[in-house]
Amino acid sequence: MKALRKFLDKQKPHFEKGGKFEKLHSTFDSVETLLFVPDKVTFAGSHIRDAIDMKRTMIVVFISLVPALLFGMWNIGNLHFLSIGHPADLWTSFFYGFLKMLPLLIVSYAVGLGIEIIFAQIKGHEVNEGFFVSGLLIPMIIPPETPLWQVAVAVAFAVIFGKEVFGGTGMNIVNPALTARAFLFFAYPGDMSGDKVWIAEKLDGYSGATPLGDALVGNFDNLPSPYDMFMGFIPGSNGETSVLMILIGAVILLVTGVGNWRIMLSVFAGGIVMALLFNLWGANEYMELPAYYHLLMGGFAFGAVFMATDPVTATQTTRGMYIYGFLIGVIAILIRVFNPAYPEGVMLAILLMNVFAPLIDHYVIESNINKRLKRMKTLVTNS
Amino acid sequence: MSTSYLIKKGLDIKLLGDSEKTIVEYAAKRFAIKPTDFLGVFPKMMVAEGEVVKAGQPLFYDKNRSKIIFTSPVSGTVESIKRGAKRKLLEVIIKANDTQDTVAFDVPKSGELTREVIIEQLLASGLWPMIRQRPYSVIANPAEKPKTIIIPAFDSAPLAPDYDLIVHGHGDEFQAGLDVIKKLTDGIVHLNVHATLTTSKVFLNSKQVQVNTFSGPHPVGNVSVQLSKLNPMNKGDIVWYLYPQDVLSIGRFFMTGKPDFKRVVALAGSEVLKPVYYKTAVGACIDGLIKGNVSKGENRYISGNVLTGEKIEADGFLGFYDSLITVIPEGNYAEFFGWLLPGLKKFSFSKTFLSWMFPNRKYRLDTNLHGGHRSLVMTGKYEQVFPFDIYPMALLKAIMIEDIDAMENLGIYEIDAEDFALCEVIDTSKTEMQSIVRKGLELMRQEMS
Repeated sequence: MKALRKFLDKQKPHFEKGGKFEKLHSTFDSVETLLFVPDKVTFAGSHIRDAIDMKRTMIVVFISLVPALLFGMWNIGNLHFLSIGHPADLWTSFFYGFLKMLPLLIVSYAVGLGIEIIFAQIKGHEVNEGFFVSGLLIPMIIPPETPLWQVAVAVAFAVIFGKEVFGGTGMNIVNPALTARAFLFFAYPGDMSGDKVWIAEKLDGYSGATPLGDALVGNFDNLPSPYDMFMGFIPGSNGETSVLMILIGAVILLVTGVGNWRIMLSVFAGGIVMALLFNLWGANEYMELPAYYHLLMGGFAFGAVFMATDPVTATQTTRGMYIYGFLIGVIAILIRVFNPAYPEGVMLAILLMNVFAPLIDHYVIESNINKRLKRMKTLVTNS
Repeated sequence: MSTSYLIKKGLDIKLLGDSEKTIVEYAAKRFAIKPTDFLGVFPKMMVAEGEVVKAGQPLFYDKNRSKIIFTSPVSGTVESIKRGAKRKLLEVIIKANDTQDTVAFDVPKSGELTREVIIEQLLASGLWPMIRQRPYSVIANPAEKPKTIIIPAFDSAPLAPDYDLIVHGHGDEFQAGLDVIKKLTDGIVHLNVHATLTTSKVFLNSKQVQVNTFSGPHPVGNVSVQLSKLNPMNKGDIVWYLYPQDVLSIGRFFMTGKPDFKRVVALAGSEVLKPVYYKTAVGACIDGLIKGNVSKGENRYISGNVLTGEKIEADGFLGFYDSLITVIPEGNYAEFFGWLLPGLKKFSFSKTFLSWMFPNRKYRLDTNLHGGHRSLVMTGKYEQVFPFDIYPMALLKAIMIEDIDAMENLGIYEIDAEDFALCEVIDTSKTEMQSIVRKGLELMRQEMS
């Protein structure tokens, strides 16, 4: 540890301005700060600071994603072996899924971090930790057999046009991981939807439709049991299938205070309210689907817990969070049930509300301003 | 009439090294008045190096408001006039002598004191700068009449001095001070005490004032928090404020005719071996206090508390407005995988470190920044330690882009830089919020004048 510190200190001058590896400063810096929390001290303002930093925040989100990631790996393998008619044991299934996910993860991180480091170098700031989470999220929300080149293109698009053009982490308007997902969805729809893509290397005869896919075409008899959907023994993207694992992640986020409970709660509330309204209406079979099914199917839980709560793209005011979350829930179910082209509405609902989040905040803050002006006015009229 | 107010949002940071409740005499050899303590003051020297001065004799005045003068807290010789970059005046250092000569003022009897006379005397004696105003936290303008005057009688900051102890036995002087201050406003003088921590009769039995009771976590002791409950600031409002020791100084001055700059200062912090209170005067050099009284290793000396205080050297001077010297360790070390460890002993407002399981732990915190600067990412956290009906993020951003209208609309008149101290502490992105707010207030002040 000390030797490592010494080594870093010795190499550091080469990466500073004027050193021979000046162009790799951001790369060196990101590695150095990864290994050691910097020795910087306070110079203005408060002399003491909270131990939390962006890395700590992001590692908590990362950890909260791990249960869903690991389960998803097993599920990929399990479904594959089921589809070919040779069920395998836990470790064989897991290892199969692991090997399917690994290239996706490597490509996602390599492309995303590479671009981040280049931008940090050009702009002269430290590498932001945002992609630490985005890089994991992207492979978790796409079909397991997405071609790697498509992943690379989508990640590059998301990082450059979803984030860096706005000024990097903290400045972006829409969620980068969902931007990548949306890019893939609209650019390569054939590889992103239908009943072929959700189970890796399956036999053609085996049905690989997700519950949402079945629901879209009216195949309601084919829907798995609520238990299977809750546990996640269903086809789908790696991270989204198991509501149980997502809830474990949600507990981690909520206990540590990293995730916002207001947003999570209101997304679920919005979803269930909309689904119940459809139940009342009951114009077709999809509308009559029990409301709680909607919370178990597709990416609803995953979106509510990990996507809608992204603090950068969500609303920032307390009252705004309730409105934002609720509308995501409502719109997600609305798209699911009404739109014939898109089986899943969560992605679009969150992206749409990302765009509207500043507007919601604007009106919430405006009401605060009006309150202040009104107080002033009563004072003037009274005196 | 007394009312009590409860503040719910905030954070008490528990630090090691609270001062023992005993007061020790401390005769400092050198004193300094630091023009940098006075926001917006443009100092013009009135004495030269080597000149002999009495306590209460003018040292410099404010070029912008020439009636406001700053006087020597002790009698002695002007040892040096320290200047920084661009000849900015930093410190006027007085070497104390033993004679204790004080300029005598002809103070009228209390019955004959009018507002004009009081202001004139306070200005001439150099006690006037003790009275500051909101908004902007600059020295009060003697030509204005404040809507109300606020005196916080307790300090809620980490390791804060106990004013109960400081005023103990000085009831007459305190009341004399209040009598004078009451004449400065047509409105109410608010004396704000803590619901449980304030027990001193000096405060609780004060006359001429309205005693209000406050409780809750820090920043409940801040002027802006109390003001937001008592009398929300509107555009154009002027409120004056001062602290118990200033009231004592003013009281003594009008009782004796001699300008009084006595201060009781708490020495606190994890690195102090014997933390006690010291009786000295405004601007005392701290070298005698800390010599042999702090642990070895690199330390940070702070005039004031760890949230809002000023960094000073080991032979630096107590700030004009401060009643506390805090000593904590410097944190210039690199921590191996510090962001990944469970963090049983790390202080954090968040629950991302396991230390949250020990809510009563007292911490030995150092000055490490614990991370690098980032854009503002986390939301919804600042509000938990910011007990105002103000959106802190929106206000900060308005200040960053220097949008005067937005700043005004979002409530900049109602706050001070110190109110953002806790937001700054818990901030994931390590943004220097107090500096930003200070700049914003300064911009507003210039825009409005």
